[in-house]
Amino acid sequence: MAEVAYREALRMTLREELEADEKVVLMGEDIGAYGGSYSVTKGLLEEFGPDRVMDTPISESVVVGCGIGAAMGGLRPMVELMTINFSLLAFDQIVNNAAKISYMSGGQLNVPMVIRMASGAGSQLSSQHSHSLEGWYAHIPGLKVAVPYTPRDARGLLKTAFKEPNPVIFIEHTALYGRKGEVPDNEYSIPFGEAEIIREGADVTLIGYSGSVYQALGAADILEGNGRSAEVLNLRTLRPLDVEAIIGSVRKTHRAVVVEDDWKFGGFAGEISAIIMEQAFDELDGPVQRVCGADVPMPYAKQLEQAALPSPQQIAETALGLF
Amino acid sequence: MISEVVMPQMGADMEEGTIIKWLKSVGDQVERGEIIAEIETDKANVELEAFDSGVFRLALAGEGDTVDVGTIIAIVAGKDEDISKYANGPTAKAPPKDETPKEQENAGEDEGEKEEVPSNLRKGPQAGSAKESPEVEAEEPAQAETPSTATSRDGGRVRASPVARKVAEQRGIDLTSITGTGPDGRIVKRDVEAAAELGAEAKPTAAPEPTGTTTTVAMSKIRQTIARRMSQSKREAPHYYITADVDMTEAESLRKQLNEAVEDYPRVSVNDMIVKACSIALRRHPIFNSWIVDGEVQQHTDINVCIGIALEDGLIAPAILDSIGKNLGEIGEASRSLAERAKSGTLKADEYTAGTFTISNLGMYGVETLVAIIQPPQTAILGVGAVREMPVAIGGGIATADIMKVALSADHRVTDGAQGAQFLNEIRQILEHPAALLV
Amino acid sequence: MTQLVERPPVEDLSGDQQIQLLRQMMLIRRFETKAAEMYTKQKIAGFLHLYNGEEAVAVGAISALNGDDPILTHYRDHGHALARGLEPKRVMAELFGKKTGVSAGKGGSMHLFDIDKHFLGGYAIVAGHLPLACGVALANKRLGNDKVVLCIFGDGAVNEGEFHEALNLASVWKLPVLFMCENNFYGMGTDIRHVSAVIEVYKRAEAYALPAKQVDGMNVLEMYDETLQAADFVRSGNGPSFLEAICFRFRGHSMADPEFYRRKEETERWRELDPILTFRKKLTNEGVIDDTAFEMIEEEIEQNVREAVEFAEESPAPPLEDLYAAVYKENS
Repeated sequence: MAEVAYREALRMTLREELEADEKVVLMGEDIGAYGGSYSVTKGLLEEFGPDRVMDTPISESVVVGCGIGAAMGGLRPMVELMTINFSLLAFDQIVNNAAKISYMSGGQLNVPMVIRMASGAGSQLSSQHSHSLEGWYAHIPGLKVAVPYTPRDARGLLKTAFKEPNPVIFIEHTALYGRKGEVPDNEYSIPFGEAEIIREGADVTLIGYSGSVYQALGAADILEGNGRSAEVLNLRTLRPLDVEAIIGSVRKTHRAVVVEDDWKFGGFAGEISAIIMEQAFDELDGPVQRVCGADVPMPYAKQLEQAALPSPQQIAETALGLF
Repeated sequence: MISEVVMPQMGADMEEGTIIKWLKSVGDQVERGEIIAEIETDKANVELEAFDSGVFRLALAGEGDTVDVGTIIAIVAGKDEDISKYANGPTAKAPPKDETPKEQENAGEDEGEKEEVPSNLRKGPQAGSAKESPEVEAEEPAQAETPSTATSRDGGRVRASPVARKVAEQRGIDLTSITGTGPDGRIVKRDVEAAAELGAEAKPTAAPEPTGTTTTVAMSKIRQTIARRMSQSKREAPHYYITADVDMTEAESLRKQLNEAVEDYPRVSVNDMIVKACSIALRRHPIFNSWIVDGEVQQHTDINVCIGIALEDGLIAPAILDSIGKNLGEIGEASRSLAERAKSGTLKADEYTAGTFTISNLGMYGVETLVAIIQPPQTAILGVGAVREMPVAIGGGIATADIMKVALSADHRVTDGAQGAQFLNEIRQILEHPAALLV
Repeated sequence: MTQLVERPPVEDLSGDQQIQLLRQMMLIRRFETKAAEMYTKQKIAGFLHLYNGEEAVAVGAISALNGDDPILTHYRDHGHALARGLEPKRVMAELFGKKTGVSAGKGGSMHLFDIDKHFLGGYAIVAGHLPLACGVALANKRLGNDKVVLCIFGDGAVNEGEFHEALNLASVWKLPVLFMCENNFYGMGTDIRHVSAVIEVYKRAEAYALPAKQVDGMNVLEMYDETLQAADFVRSGNGPSFLEAICFRFRGHSMADPEFYRRKEETERWRELDPILTFRKKLTNEGVIDDTAFEMIEEEIEQNVREAVEFAEESPAPPLEDLYAAVYKENS
């Protein structure tokens, strides 16, 4: 085991895959010469050459579409979109092509590709650079969506993504790239649809994914100080979703709080809440609560931005309200 | 080859079309691809093309006719082909509609628990309480539920979390016997578990039963409500009791005068006089004219004294609104009206919900007195027994007087014995010097 | 019906091969007209975009390609599918929404797919498949084959961002794509000449350094010739190429189109250039075909199309379990 940063863990898998399979090709803006806007692909151009690590023009739509076509044509592409904000320019390709080609063709074709992007706010990048739209992608049948939290998650989930015969939207978090964590030395993969109980507890279940797991863990500490033990779930993938883990935890604690950075109204936390209500209604000692991003475009000023995102205090208070 | 010319589907939402003009007559030669008619749809006029060659043999709809999409409107065929089966006019070929009979939505009776009374009817007199419970049994005879959040009952419904219900069922605990400590007074799992440990009101299991036939007496809605509320009252309000003997001689005399001597004066009963007396006493001792809601004592300026009325199903106690502002005659009228309307079920909501004090009079049964249970959210109740001719000691000797024993039950969270004694004494004084009743 | 097995230069096409071309165009014409009839009789639902008038483009171009050159096209795709050799009965079954359809009843008219014949789909988002064509071409280039990707789209696509992005990327990365614009002047109800800053489509391609040419889409031999040459260029590793085929659709955009936006006279003028009529005339004048032979072809095609309808009618609808099939490919 080594202590490895999230971005490095991703790079480890990318390198393994580039080495193992000639058909793997990486495409994206500034992933080659620049080394990647979040330094995930640093050094890979030098190692594998411009045929395997391809810098693209700023044309999100055609770059993703090209990746889809390349996957249809027999390659195993990974497309990096600089952030989830810009992925919207390729949303048509992802939703209308990547997610539909297998179905529309009656199963004749499939699209084995990974589309990576960074999500999240917190660096005062203002409203056009601060979206957390994981829920939108999770909403689309035909896609799979992974949301790693730890470096261990990142490396293992990305490995699985490269083995998927379907399009995987692999959503990282801008605030996590530098965080270090323990990562096994050998190659390994983490299956999709398996959440992690990142902290065990008995009194309330805090459910988060990606950046919000960090806030949830902070809340668990506060709750402990208040004599309540919180169990924290790290979902790791949103589609497929580990419903069993969620329900199992709620059966144990009888209280649930879902945490996500994205806006509350119409968000994915509502989906998790509905699932818990449908499948564990009789286990609940109170309604499922949600602590989400404020329903506003992300402001620039520091205190405003902080107030717009879930905080450990907010989560803990909400959880305490269930007792 | 017979070609059926149909009113064409020209766009997904088209349902019917009108023939504007036939461009072919019977006997004309038709070539495939030729336009043979002009059709009007709701979007535009379109041309109808022939899909097969042949002779135009028969038009089944005329110019100006509107037909459903799919209806055969003409036949093109070889000039000698037998087309007699089409001779009977247009056959609608619309695809069968999907007839799935809608299931009658039988919501079923929900025991009145879900009936909602508009919230404005649930305000008490000068009540400071802003919280309104969302459900009230419309048939609820007694005082409406406290619009409070301190109790676990919402109108007819017990607020308990799903897992609390599950555990209660598993452990045989009656939820109505539990007070919730969860948010908003909800019964939560720990409450049920605590109750289980105390062995509180577990449903009877395998207890030895009396022999002989046993019939289950169904509890009417009123009965159930009384059961619930009286249990709650006894459980939550620490009652103390003070009794007193009231000499009703003077009061009786006044009553007789009013009923016999004054023409057209509404009949006044003993109870009416007690109502007035209590109203006056309540004005002087307003702490007894109060509610306790959510642990908060709300003292009212309106005085609405309730009187007990026995119905077939049970006892109810609606309020005479503004009893302090009514004279004896008016009180008499009011109490008779209440009784009538109680029996016919036409009491007003205020009369159910706005009472501040209750008098329960069992005098007509000849009993000594009644030690009553306070009606929540009120904080006191007066039980009244029969007026009996009794020996009394006066000035060292024995005489007789008409004595009525009364019992004040009061909530010790709100008042103490000394206050209760003073209040009760006030009532007695007024009744024993009944001129006070006339003002 | 298959495409030409050999692809000689146009001047070396034999009589039989030319008859093949004629026959393919006639098949498409009859098929499309029959599909229109089936739509009015509610056997086909949704949108139906017919190819009548443009047959020379599909037949000329696709006949000039190899059988394994992949094709991606737009939603007016029946003609392309038939020209590539998809079976008429299976295409009709797809239009009828039957399990035996080329896309198992899951795609419909706008999404015909046949992977065995390298027909990689009709697509409904205007210009949305151009990026896909780039990707398929990239894969072919990397896999080291010399396949040419034929990417067909209409004049309406040339104002979409993806058109520009795709041409740019294909040009910069030298992707083996033959971009073919079927310019019939009307993007649904809009005259392309009213909404384009530069009317000649091929000039836009020049802006991205693609060799580009405008050709006569009503002339099957010209389509064949030009496509053969352009495909050779691309096949030799020179990067993408662009053809603008001028043509005209005789029918509306789709079944529901009352054609308010163009004048009957214009359509009538173009009907005089009907590619089937003009080619038939040419072949008759040259003694390659006579009326009898022509009628025999007509009858054969009539039979073919009737059988296709019968097949479609008799085929079963997809079972309800198919609702969830193929959303994902299962891991093997």
